[in-house]
Parts: sequence; structure tokens; C-alpha cells
Amino acid sequence: MTDLIERFLAGERRALSRVLTRVENGTPAGREYLRRLYPRSGRAHTIGVTGSAGSGKSSLTGALAGELRARGHRVGVIAVDPSSPFTQGAILGDRIRMQDLILDEGVFVRSMASRGALGGLAPTIDDMVATMDAFGFPYVFIETVGAGQDEVEIAGTALTTVLVNNPGTGDDIQALKAGIIEIADVLVVNKADRPGADVLVSQLKALLSLAPSEGRDPPILSTVATTGEGVPALVDAIDEHRAWLDRSGELERHRRQEARHQVLSIAQRIVLERIRAATSGEALGELVAQVAGRALDPHTAAERLAGPSRPDEAV
Amino acid sequence: MTAAHETSSPGEDGQSIRVLIAKPGLDGHDRGAKIVARALRDGGCEVIYTGIRQTPQMIAEAALQEDVDVVGLSILSGAHLELFPRIVEELRSRGLDDVVLFCGGIIPEEDTEALETLGFKAIFRPGTNTRDIVSFVRTNVPTG
Repeated sequence: MTDLIERFLAGERRALSRVLTRVENGTPAGREYLRRLYPRSGRAHTIGVTGSAGSGKSSLTGALAGELRARGHRVGVIAVDPSSPFTQGAILGDRIRMQDLILDEGVFVRSMASRGALGGLAPTIDDMVATMDAFGFPYVFIETVGAGQDEVEIAGTALTTVLVNNPGTGDDIQALKAGIIEIADVLVVNKADRPGADVLVSQLKALLSLAPSEGRDPPILSTVATTGEGVPALVDAIDEHRAWLDRSGELERHRRQEARHQVLSIAQRIVLERIRAATSGEALGELVAQVAGRALDPHTAAERLAGPSRPDEAV
Repeated sequence: MTAAHETSSPGEDGQSIRVLIAKPGLDGHDRGAKIVARALRDGGCEVIYTGIRQTPQMIAEAALQEDVDVVGLSILSGAHLELFPRIVEELRSRGLDDVVLFCGGIIPEEDTEALETLGFKAIFRPGTNTRDIVSFVRTNVPTG
């Protein structure tokens, strides 16, 4: 174990890959690796790229990574694709759009299956990002599952959230709805060589002008990921957002909020696991049968399952 | 700790088997590769599909970054005896000598021995039932 961490710290890519697998799977070894690496994380600029399926997230991530390489930076990418809810299998195909980067030793692309997580990410995404961060990539991209309207978790995981839109995919009422657009730090109109791109930019501008400004309006940029058009300006906008985070004190607020969210959600999982471990299959089956038969409501059943709160265990 | 202990097999982790399906060389017909990828997905595997026209270096580099348990190569061009040894060499030079290898496509019977010597544990030819491929992967990657 020590050996693998040493190789990781020496910058060996194979060691990174092995550590990532164990961290992803949450094995005891993975937890131990994360415990040791976590203090080294927190240096990377983490950038979420989200948007609907087919909007060009992978191509754009590849183009952004290419531009950052041209500027001399190393780049880590974590690309999430959905797991089947029925077989748990997955096809992870985001690498196809990043072919130009594959033989560049300054880039490391890891595909991840969502493994039942909702919100466009995967259960151990934050741990995976921290691992990439600890490896020393100054930029780590997180590409979400194709996300539609309210998959907003990425805004917690990443410091800068880039929302990818396309022309011709809905009227301005779609954009007016609550949800994903509210988490965008940078708005992108990708496939901007298609008809309707200018209209979409105007609609997004008009939409932003409806909201009271809280000091920073997300910039709107047009790109064509496949040709690289607009990509350098997008990198500038992403860097500018990071500079704003530092300047405004938002960085510290974001970090605290995300730390709180992570600790509480992990604690929630631990408590659930303890309840499961302490409950016999028959007892659970009995409660489930009563709820299914409408003899008991689910809230009462859950309270019985969780048991009375025990003051001696209170923190 | 030895290299063997660093292997993260799904048996150890209780998680999905990760498989890279790759198409080396210049032939552009990836229907077979996609059918196999889909069958493995339905068999519960996490399948990394990298598309057509992959060089040996690209395949080995993807296998390294994705830390896969299995690499499956699909080839129809007839260049397997040219390309497969180079892929195996690229994998080994990156320390990936414990990856389970299989291949499929248009591969004459007389090449079987050469490929087995290279380390390929199975060759699936046209007419193969995809269930056999899934069961091969499940059998050859330790799970528990």
C-alpha cells in the first residue's frame, strides 16, 4: 500500500489509475489512500461541464483540455456516463471525443459509471476528484451524465460550472424554468455554427437581465467544439471565474458548503448501513408488507425501522 | 506490497468488471465491436468503448488510464498478426501484464496458436453467441 502511494506521489500514472479504482469502489484500501491524499487536494481548479445529452460536453471538454495543454498546463478529466438501472452495466464512450489527447502524457482521462447515483454524477465522484487533485493536475474537468433540468449536484463538486446549450433545442421558457441554469457560472452556446445560435444568445442574455444581479452575471460564450472556435475565450472565462472566486471570498464559502454537504451525506449513508445491519430480513419484510398492504404508512414504518433515538449515542 | 496485491479485481472490490473494447487498425466496421460492447453492458460490465482506428499506443494508454480488467480487440482487416503483438508489447511496457485479453473478428484458424502464445485467452469468430463472450469475461475475471 505504501509503495503504491509512493509511486502515486512520484507522479506515476499507473499508480494514479490503480488508486482511482480503489477510491471509486470505496474499498478499505481506497479509504486509506484517500485519507492520506486528501490533505494534498484543494489546489486544482475543478470545472464541471454539464448540459443535455448530445450537447457536445465531451467534445468541448476535449477542446478545453487541448487549449490548456497549449498553455502549458496538465489536465485531468473525469467523464461520467450512465449505468443501466437494470443490469448495472454501462457503456463509457466519452473518450471517443477526446482522441487527440490520448497520447499526451500531460492529460489523464478516466471514465466513470454513474452506478445508481442521481444528479448526473457518480457516488464517489468527490473522492475521485480529490484524488486527481492530489496527483497535481492544476485543472480537473468533471463531465456529467447528459443532464436536463435539475441535475445541480455538479455545482457542489466543481468550483466552476459550465453549462452547455445548443441552438434549436427549446424556447426561452425552457431557460426561464428553475434548476440547472441557476448553477451556471459560465454559459456556453455550443454548435454555434448552427442556425439559431444568435437567437439563443439573445434569449439567454434577456433571461439573465430578468434576475436581480448579485454582483456577477455568468458570461455567455459561443463555441464550435469540433473546430475549436471560441475555445480560447472560454478558457479565459473559466480562469476569470476562478479569479472572481478568490477575490470575492466565494471560494471559501463554496469549500465550506461542499465540505458540510459531503460530511452530512456520508454520515447519512453510514447511519443507513447501520440500520440495515441491525435489522433482520424478516423484520424489514414485515414492515414492507404492512406498508404495501396499506396497513401502515411509510413514515411510521421508517421510524420503527430507525428505532428510538438513544440519548447516550448523541454526539 | 507486491504488484499482485495492487491488482484491483472486482472480486476484491465487489464492483463491476471494467472492459476496454477497442478496434485497432484501419478497417472502419465497428458493428461487431458495438454488439459485443452492448452484450457486455447487459452482462453487467462497465465497458469503455474507444471507437475505430486506434493505434497500439492509444489502446494501451486507454487501458492504463481506465484500469481495465479485460481488453477485447475487434479486427476485420487481417492485420491481427501485425497489430496484436504491438498492442501486447505496449500493454506490457506500461506494466499491464495482468489484463485478460480476448479478440474477435475475421481471424483464420491457423493463427489461433500464435495468438494464444501472445496471451489471448479466447478468439471469438463470426457466429459466436454473445452470451459466450459475457460468460468468458465473467469466468476469467476473478469475482467473489
